[in-house]
Amino acid sequence: MSETLPASPANEVLRLEQVRKAFNIGTPLETEVLHGIDLRLNRGELAALIGPSGSGKSTLLNLIGLLDTPSSGELYVLGQATRDSDDEARTHLRNQAIGFVFQFHHLISAFSVLENVLMPLMIRHGKPSHADIDLARGLLDEVGLAQFADKKPTQISGGQQQRVAIARALVTRPPLLLADEPTGNLDTRTAQSVFELFHRINAQFGCAILVVTHDPRLAADCGRTIQLVDGHIVSDAANSPSR
Amino acid sequence: MRLADSLWTEWKIALRFLLDNRMQTLLIMFGIAVGSAVIVFITALITGLQANVVERTLGTQAHIRILPPDEVNRILPATDHTWSLVLESPRAQRLRSIINWQNVRDVLDQDAQILAVSPVISGPAIARRGVARASVALLGIDPPRYQRIIPLADDLIAGQFTVGAGHAVIGKELARDLGLGIGDKLRLDAGEGREAVVDIAGIFELGVRELDARYVYLDLKQAQTLLDLPGGVTVIDTTVAEIFEADQVAERLARLTGLRAESWMETNGQLLNALASQSMTTEMIRVFVGISVAFGIASVLAVNVVQRTREIGILRAMGSPRGQILRVFLLQGGLLGLLGSACGGGVGWGLVQVFNLFGPRLFTIPVDPTLVPLAMLVATITGVLAAAMPARRAARYDPAVAIRYV
Repeated sequence: MSETLPASPANEVLRLEQVRKAFNIGTPLETEVLHGIDLRLNRGELAALIGPSGSGKSTLLNLIGLLDTPSSGELYVLGQATRDSDDEARTHLRNQAIGFVFQFHHLISAFSVLENVLMPLMIRHGKPSHADIDLARGLLDEVGLAQFADKKPTQISGGQQQRVAIARALVTRPPLLLADEPTGNLDTRTAQSVFELFHRINAQFGCAILVVTHDPRLAADCGRTIQLVDGHIVSDAANSPSR
Repeated sequence: MRLADSLWTEWKIALRFLLDNRMQTLLIMFGIAVGSAVIVFITALITGLQANVVERTLGTQAHIRILPPDEVNRILPATDHTWSLVLESPRAQRLRSIINWQNVRDVLDQDAQILAVSPVISGPAIARRGVARASVALLGIDPPRYQRIIPLADDLIAGQFTVGAGHAVIGKELARDLGLGIGDKLRLDAGEGREAVVDIAGIFELGVRELDARYVYLDLKQAQTLLDLPGGVTVIDTTVAEIFEADQVAERLARLTGLRAESWMETNGQLLNALASQSMTTEMIRVFVGISVAFGIASVLAVNVVQRTREIGILRAMGSPRGQILRVFLLQGGLLGLLGSACGGGVGWGLVQVFNLFGPRLFTIPVDPTLVPLAMLVATITGVLAAAMPARRAARYDPAVAIRYV
């Protein structure tokens, strides 16, 4: 891939300035879910986003992931303002800069594990090259699933599927990895191993990771915890290193 | 990204989606195959049937017949300030020749739209053999020219096609009625004492009972003598290159020559009407089968889009543009149409062969080599069009919502 990403201010991957999000605007049902969020995320950071149900975590993650647009305020990804960009530009930026991991792995059942990992590259430039395939196999190896490369997603366990989804999110080497309750569907031990994988990836690839989680223990393991309550960031602090 | 690269991915996803829903894909492909088989078979059958009917009809008659104008009473116009009451009996139409028929023939010979021109003299007579009698139609012809209108030599079942020097060629039914064989003598009586005895040189079978029982072919001179029209011909038969333009050509020839010109389309109005109704029926069957196939494809893909909502959401989240999602489903529609119609076209072609081999064998259906490819092309386009609505729906999904779809 020869396309280059836009230059960004040193180390900054993500910046939110007074981001608000309201739904049903102009109707009697208008509700503001996010009330002026300011947030910065730097390269190499591993941050946990916590908060009770309905606090706006998923809405915030959708905005950051460019799946939705703020009602007001500005959102910069790699220094690039995104609020006024069109669907095509946002889709392109999503493919270039952001990796997603969802609560339900969302692998595509019609493709093998390896092909699922390659999918973001196939979307980007069609037929994958040998280098792409080597990279994908390397990532599968990294998440401990090299031997399952040719299996269908339905033939592996939930925890394994989630790890495949992580490998898929990393295959484009995104500067920003977003994970929406990636362990919400997994047992404690598997959840722990998925988080360990995040730590390892964070250290190895240097990408910024933002994880939404319900589990305070897992959050405490991250370098930084951002707490969202009723659409406000009520605390945003570095955790004391426990690892 | 170049479209070709993007298409590679779309092709791959479309194919996998179809293979993943194997049962659904097979069922709808079966439906498309049945539809296209019906279309291919019906089209081949009706086209073949019509070609056969037209060929048989025109095999025994000229496309356009040029005739002398009817004789009419000439009524003097009433003088000014007078009224006249006219009681008119229509004129009896006596047998008469086309005036200057040689010139007309030469003009027609030069005409680009006319393939063959044959002057004929024809009139009634009684054929006698012993005590048996039959009313016949005498046809005096110029054999080489007439053969180009109706290839009579091909329909001979006995003897040879010779009409000169006191020879005649008669139909199978007449030969049977009068108990005639090759070499037998036949007395022809055209009335008013004009009689001739001819040798039977050949017996033909045109397959039309009326013609096989009545036609007696003679040479031009002998018929002219018998019918008392020395040097005359009563009709000029012609064939045209474009048979379905015969009525227009006839109109033009009538204006050109000042004679009557009757096209086969005029004299076979009912046949043409039947052919047109048949074509319309076929067309309706094709359209309605096509529509039901299109609805089948559309409904399967609509279900498919709903089933794959989350996967579409994740593809969009991974950076798949709307156009790519659109093309994935359009491709699926096109693929279903193409593959289904390829099977159906093959089955339809097979049915035609079975009909030709084991059917009633009244006629063989030729299959136009472009029919199956054309049916596949139409089915593919239909598939793509039918996929348009579900595909648009898929492409419009909001990824944030689609991902959470349960």
